Amino acid sequence: MTMTRPPSTPDAHDFSKRPYDLVKEFVIALTVVSLLTVVLAAVFSSPDEPAITMSAWAQADPADVVATATGELAGTTTSATYGAPYNHNADGQSVLGIPLQKMGGVRIPVDSAELVLQPLTDQVGDAALTDALTQWQSATPSQRTAWATAYADALAVAPDGDPAQAPAGEYGPVPNLTAAFLDVARSGYLEGSLTSSGNFYGGDQTRSLLLLSDGAYLEDRAVAQQLGGDQWGMMNETGNYPGQPWMWLYTFWYQVRPFSTSENADAQVWALMMLLTLALMFLPLIPGVRDIPRWVPVHRLIWRDYYRTHPRA
Amino acid sequence: MPAGEALPDSQPSYVSSWIYVFGVLTLAALTVVLGSGIVLTLGGSDWWHASSVGHFVNSLHLWSVELFFMFMVIHLWGKFWMAAWRGRRTMTWVTGVVAFVASIGTAFTGYLSQSNFDSQWIGAEGKDGINAIGAGAFFNVLNPGQMLLWHVVLLPLVVGALTVIHILLVRRHGVVPPIDATEGD
Ligand code: HEM
Repeated sequence: MTMTRPPSTPDAHDFSKRPYDLVKEFVIALTVVSLLTVVLAAVFSSPDEPAITMSAWAQADPADVVATATGELAGTTTSATYGAPYNHNADGQSVLGIPLQKMGGVRIPVDSAELVLQPLTDQVGDAALTDALTQWQSATPSQRTAWATAYADALAVAPDGDPAQAPAGEYGPVPNLTAAFLDVARSGYLEGSLTSSGNFYGGDQTRSLLLLSDGAYLEDRAVAQQLGGDQWGMMNETGNYPGQPWMWLYTFWYQVRPFSTSENADAQVWALMMLLTLALMFLPLIPGVRDIPRWVPVHRLIWRDYYRTHPRA
Repeated sequence: MPAGEALPDSQPSYVSSWIYVFGVLTLAALTVVLGSGIVLTLGGSDWWHASSVGHFVNSLHLWSVELFFMFMVIHLWGKFWMAAWRGRRTMTWVTGVVAFVASIGTAFTGYLSQSNFDSQWIGAEGKDGINAIGAGAFFNVLNPGQMLLWHVVLLPLVVGALTVIHILLVRRHGVVPPIDATEGD
């Protein structure tokens, strides 16, 4: 290794000095950055598109609300088949055979059918709904799944997914339950029921966000704004704003193979980024990479004053 | 730290390039980020959605963050091409990289704390990445209460502490001499 070993770096204090006022430099920098910020904020403002409410979802895309509720009852939605940290219904992602997702454990238990049933159970004074709930609760699990799956299939072939145009079939109480669920969503009561159940102060939106993202509406809205995962969406934000350009490398991997087609893409991209971050962190210790700045003479430009007065032998 | 080195009135004569300004600019932008963030906390998390003054403060916060990252990335590349980790300055580089990563986490939790459409979508997408490595069980991106506290307390403390250590290290070692400079030039 002695062959490539660079000469040791001399002490900074052994060099001739020039006057330099660090405090003045900082004060000027702070003034410039403050002014620049005020100008950018005044000219470009900042995006603030209101959150989607459940009632807006029900108004804009009622068929999606019904299809999502049916999927929750059938156990086929994203959250119902997620695995850790919400439930045990899947193994989740792994890297090199290590089941990282599962290792985190089920610490935020979510029963997806309850996302529909619990707000319905809270309703009082609707005899038809009470009957439908009783019929659902007293059926066997396989009967429930059969009803909900059959209704999901029927909705899938109905024009525009319109429940009114679904073919007749053996759906048990599912059409009544999902129609009542749509009413609850329309009423504006749904997010309150899902977030603050058991607590007056609802600070945790896990359940309502899982429900919303089980539907198609949230993603449709996002894709319409170029925010999809395969549209570099992770680094964009709504409107014409720079978003998070520093996420470019993380976002990049999702656009290319093997990650763009992998079932374990999330875990793999994370693992890769951690590896790259560690490499960046310990770059000064990695032979070859740490020598690049010596070989590519950008430093001749940065210190051109010094090299002009100190020509190398 | 050698006496008088914390805030000296002179620097080695090779310290003469625009690239040296970007560390200070990063620090200045961080100051504006913290200042605008503190004003945002005065009104609470819902304030800026309804108030035009609040919205302007939010805009200040957003743009100072964009500047902060821009300056930091230029600073990082500058220090790379200067191989500024030479002469036992490895820890300066390492604390810089960790500050960069912690800043990304701070920005991410900021987006999740906004309680608007961006938060909904970034949470819905981001959860899969965090859950995939098992961290979602402890760091729940769908819980804005948790994200807001990380954003306004824990992560700023981390970034702030790293910045202080980073700059103390720079002052202690002095500015790195040019590549191939020899003793006492
Ligand atoms: C919170 C973000 C950061 C702040 C506020 C900050 C601030 C500063 C300041 C004020 C200086 C001295 C002036 C200069 O040489 O530019 C400096 C030096 C330095 N920074 Fe940073 N920095 C940050 C992030 C980073 C990052 C991400 C890296 C690289 C990975 C880095 C690597 C370095 C190195 C190696 C030096 C020593 C330069 C020398 O001795 O000439 N810093 N930093």
